[in-house]
Amino acid sequence: MSDIINLTLSALINKIKKKELSSQEITKAYIARAEKSKDLNTYITTDFENAIEKAKKFDEKGNFDYKLPGVPLAVKDLFCTNNLKTTAGSKILSNFIPSYESTVTQHLWDEGAILLGKLNCDEFAMGSSNETSFFGNVESPVGKKIVPGGSSGGSASALAAKLTPATIGTDTGGSIRQPASFTGTVGLKPTYGSCSRYGIVAFASSLDQAGPMTQDVSDAALILDVISKYDNKDSTSVNFKRGDYFKSLSSNIKGKKIGIPKEYRVDGMPKEIESLWQDGITLLKKLGAKIIDISLPHTKYALPAYYIVAPAEASSNLARYDGVKYGYRSEGENLISMYENTRSEGFGDEVKRRIMIGTYVLSSGYYDAYYLKAQKIRRLIKNDFDDAYKSVDAILTPSTPSSAFKIGDKTDDPVSMYLNDIFTVPVNLSGLPAISIPAGKDKNNYPLGLQLIGKAFEEQNLLDISYSMEKELNFKNNLQDWWIK
Amino acid sequence: MSIDLKTIKHIAKLSRISIDDKKAKELEKDLNSIFQFIEALNKVDTKKVDPLTSIAETSLKLRGDEVKTKNIREQILKNSPDENKDFFVVPKVVE
Repeated sequence: MSDIINLTLSALINKIKKKELSSQEITKAYIARAEKSKDLNTYITTDFENAIEKAKKFDEKGNFDYKLPGVPLAVKDLFCTNNLKTTAGSKILSNFIPSYESTVTQHLWDEGAILLGKLNCDEFAMGSSNETSFFGNVESPVGKKIVPGGSSGGSASALAAKLTPATIGTDTGGSIRQPASFTGTVGLKPTYGSCSRYGIVAFASSLDQAGPMTQDVSDAALILDVISKYDNKDSTSVNFKRGDYFKSLSSNIKGKKIGIPKEYRVDGMPKEIESLWQDGITLLKKLGAKIIDISLPHTKYALPAYYIVAPAEASSNLARYDGVKYGYRSEGENLISMYENTRSEGFGDEVKRRIMIGTYVLSSGYYDAYYLKAQKIRRLIKNDFDDAYKSVDAILTPSTPSSAFKIGDKTDDPVSMYLNDIFTVPVNLSGLPAISIPAGKDKNNYPLGLQLIGKAFEEQNLLDISYSMEKELNFKNNLQDWWIK
Repeated sequence: MSIDLKTIKHIAKLSRISIDDKKAKELEKDLNSIFQFIEALNKVDTKKVDPLTSIAETSLKLRGDEVKTKNIREQILKNSPDENKDFFVVPKVVE
């Protein structure tokens, strides 16, 4: 059984196709491990009985030509799943049972995957450490009382702890890449418009994007093949010619031009991150890539602009939670007090902070000074990337300015928490694809990630570069299973 | 620029979130530190810059106004916080 959980997603699929392993054996192996890993608090809702039932059905008469034949997967609890509780990590949705399925998860099931359950996340995906979830903190398997990052913290932790062979998360400002970096896993945020947002609990609609979180780059390509599809139910879905990402993977990156932006060398960045980045540059040179120094001059304004745009969109999106049609309700003596009590009790502190920031920047008299200003800055940030891409194919940066920190270390100061996303946020503001791959460890043996940022809709290029680096990096988490009961 | 307690209470009202005085004071501190951080944007001259409103920068597609899912009244009412099976129920709004 320990063999099963140590296989990558693509290796598992090979074994299923060759009938060396059954879907039931695999599903039961992951469930057994999850039962012993409750201390990590990765799951909000499990669907284990149904999963075993579905695996049994797959073994009896499944289609082995599917891309994910009989493979059990757990997903972030931000994706609506038909008839299975979907909470977004919030009290206000703690009793919500969707009557429809998100497009992205539907694609997984259509290719033969089996749902194991729903993974913990920061409330409404607002957080960088999985400490804002109504359902409690998630612990990272990389160290005791260490955060897995956020907001897809449950997904990252479950993946690194081998409770699911792969998973999907969502990334609004770094919520796939930062937790991937903290847990020694691969996280890909596709180009805005690649994966449908239909049925994903909305946070900031112009930034949100779903993407794979996997053990290696091949697995990320495989999942991307399944979930990146045009969808007319999402008005911002883009109908472009998608690649055959997994089959086309190539580790030949000779002559590719990689940009190194000087603005990402921020004050106070730990030496180990600096040398991780330098080692990445050396490796790319060795692989035949050409390194070019570039400038993205507006980088330092990305985070402040993000903290206007994202809360503004969130305040509008979260206006729907009023205790009337679904979700938690608190009674009041009249309609207004019912709304106010419901939202006051139903939302956590970070969500309330962001709703209030958003309401303020959109309110009469402040719109031009804040929201419009932020949208103009957003243009300048995107222009920086457009200019850079005239001379390079991709950009290499660290994924995060530090490694994973202790639970509780940054909860008292929102701004210090926000700074976690300093390298990931510019990508969302520009709609670009980016991937974080594990590249080394810090002095405490916690993983560190490198980020590659690509041109819009050129995920293949990004995957090829990271695939070639991964082979040489040969990163291993070597976890000690200390959390197993 | 700083946000005072009166403004905090006004934003809370607009946000339909009830807050007590203790919470308002906490929010005053948090929001001021966040806005201090945001003020950095004022250093950038954006007079000649067009706002970026959408990454795709294409106009949204039109579609026919057609009913595609029918007879889902029960499904929709299923998640209603109130027990009533026929309507969504709210506190009385007309006298």
